[in-house]
Amino acid sequence: MSILIDASTKVICQGITGSAGKFHTLGCRDYGTQLVGGVTPGKGGQDVEGIPVFDTVEEAVAETGADATMIFVPPPFTADAILEALDAGIKVIAAITEGVPVIDMVRVYEKVRASDAVLIGPNCPGLITPGQCKIGIMPGYIHNPGKVGVMSRSGTLTYEAVWQTSALGLGQSTCVGLGGDPIVGTSFIDLLKRYQADDQTEAILMIGEIGGSAEEEAAAFVKEHVTKPVAAFIAGRTAPPGKRMGHAGAIISGGKGTATEKVAALEAAGITVAPTPADMGQAVVDAMKG
Amino acid sequence: MKIHEYQGKELFRRAGVPVLDGVVATTPDEAAAAYEKLGGPIAVVKAQIHAGGRGKGTIIDNPKQHGVVLAKSADEARAAAAGLLGKKLVTIQTGPAGQTVNKVFVEAGCDIARELYLGIVLDRAVAKPVLMVSTEGGMEIETVAEKTPGLIHKEHFDPAVGLEAYQVRKLCKKLGIGGAAAKAAAKFMPAMCRFYVDSDCELAEVNPLVITGDNQMIALDAKITFDNNALFRHPDYTDLRDLAEEEESELRAGNAGLSYVKLEGNIGCLVNGAGLAMSTMDIIKYHGGQPANFLDVGGSANTEQVTEAFRILLSDPNVKGVLVNIFGGIARCTTIAGALIEASKTVGFDVPLVVRLEGTEVEEGRKMLAESDVDVINATDITDAAKKIVAATGV
Repeated sequence: MSILIDASTKVICQGITGSAGKFHTLGCRDYGTQLVGGVTPGKGGQDVEGIPVFDTVEEAVAETGADATMIFVPPPFTADAILEALDAGIKVIAAITEGVPVIDMVRVYEKVRASDAVLIGPNCPGLITPGQCKIGIMPGYIHNPGKVGVMSRSGTLTYEAVWQTSALGLGQSTCVGLGGDPIVGTSFIDLLKRYQADDQTEAILMIGEIGGSAEEEAAAFVKEHVTKPVAAFIAGRTAPPGKRMGHAGAIISGGKGTATEKVAALEAAGITVAPTPADMGQAVVDAMKG
Repeated sequence: MKIHEYQGKELFRRAGVPVLDGVVATTPDEAAAAYEKLGGPIAVVKAQIHAGGRGKGTIIDNPKQHGVVLAKSADEARAAAAGLLGKKLVTIQTGPAGQTVNKVFVEAGCDIARELYLGIVLDRAVAKPVLMVSTEGGMEIETVAEKTPGLIHKEHFDPAVGLEAYQVRKLCKKLGIGGAAAKAAAKFMPAMCRFYVDSDCELAEVNPLVITGDNQMIALDAKITFDNNALFRHPDYTDLRDLAEEEESELRAGNAGLSYVKLEGNIGCLVNGAGLAMSTMDIIKYHGGQPANFLDVGGSANTEQVTEAFRILLSDPNVKGVLVNIFGGIARCTTIAGALIEASKTVGFDVPLVVRLEGTEVEEGRKMLAESDVDVINATDITDAAKKIVAATGV
């Protein structure tokens, strides 16, 4: 098994005719993902290297049976694209777009949470179940099917973690990039529940960063509800307060959201915390030894 | 994006949030004229910088000169402006170097009965904006939150609906506000919440929010930060940006599409991805070095961007070495290696350069560097890279 997506997942791309949308759609298809269609309003009837393009998500779902989407539309239209996917009954929505206004996400978040759909992102690399389905922009070849559930607020740092767990022969069950924005559709806790219930996942690696309190909340959840080994890494121990470190959500504000606080909360919950980004894979090994 | 108090108050005025009359001045004479225009008998001369704590803050080399000064005559207003303009003001938020005061805001005085606090931010934990008020006006709200959290009262609101009337009543009760002042609050608080949403703010703070002797509610300060991601909806905000308030190298990086934050150390970092960039800084520190910056060249960096990134890094006189850490995903190692070689030709490196490449097309990328004239110290992984750059910079 795996979580959220597998070989049977049928994926469309919203924004398929844009340069990034097209490039990554083909990348996902090459990986083996069932990439069944795309949506660009006004371009219905065309195709992108054999992949049919529709005017609306509703139409795409009716014609292809798609149950997942990846969104590459520009930031001003991303919230609308998410709501359209939700309306069409899509179950897994990965919003890759960076730069969505926060207030748009406040509106979208409430609607997504009231539904049975899952929103990953925005401002994320997407998600992948190695060997089965890749939805997003991550380099597929570094992943190996295996036992570690990887969830992260950062893109390239996730690749680093995947690389390390692959090199150690652990492999990954499903890797999810949650996104670097202040409001994202899915939290660490949402995924902890799924990894805990997933047979294939034997250990969980959580990659957090400064800003907000998602890691602290996850730590409390792990302590109460997660029996599988959990390892973690927090980026930004040297980040100065009040400065936004690349990601819109990576900021220490009012003295809150520091790496020190997060590491302390994780360790107090019995989670193995990697001291440096070079030790993420080893931290999983250590956590699995108990 | 941050704006000045005087700009924020103009936006408040348009949004129906009560403020006092005021005039912005860039010379002492303008400040004196502003005093005359406001008609006295008292006015307040306030330094305009993008940092809080101005009232308690002082000018470098002149500890008696505070950032906010009461003036009882045109001459006093002129003297206050002369003591502030062109000088560096140090507050708890500016850091020891301070920030140059280029403008002062001369504002009418008022009869203050009570000083309160009001702030609106996004509560990430519940994904909703939250209005916070406190009886502890004029204090650093972070201090209040730490020492007496019970004195901060919060109400979340739906951006589409705004603050409901009952929420204002709840807050007024907790603040001990009744009668005419409560009526003023019933206008003020929803207007602020509406302003926060309509203007795409990240932070809107009024500290102090005052109740006057005649029960008016007035914003005596305005601290506003806009959501950069929403600026496309507000083309008029472009004029509000004050480039003099921004770090020059950060501004330059922003123009090149790079995400850069200047730090105090001496090891320059060039990395792809925000999380990897942060953890590269962390591992440098872990092995005893000090990072000079955060720099994320992004997932699709081209030669021009990498070249500009090197120019920015090397223009920092503190930088004694550079660490390049790239995990090629969509961005290929060959692209980065090519850009590095090009950048070395146009910029010229005179400090040690440690390069760690991994991921897509890594072998070809390493080969390109090995065959080039660029003097590179190769690293096999992040730990190796961090140790080598720390050793090379002689820390």
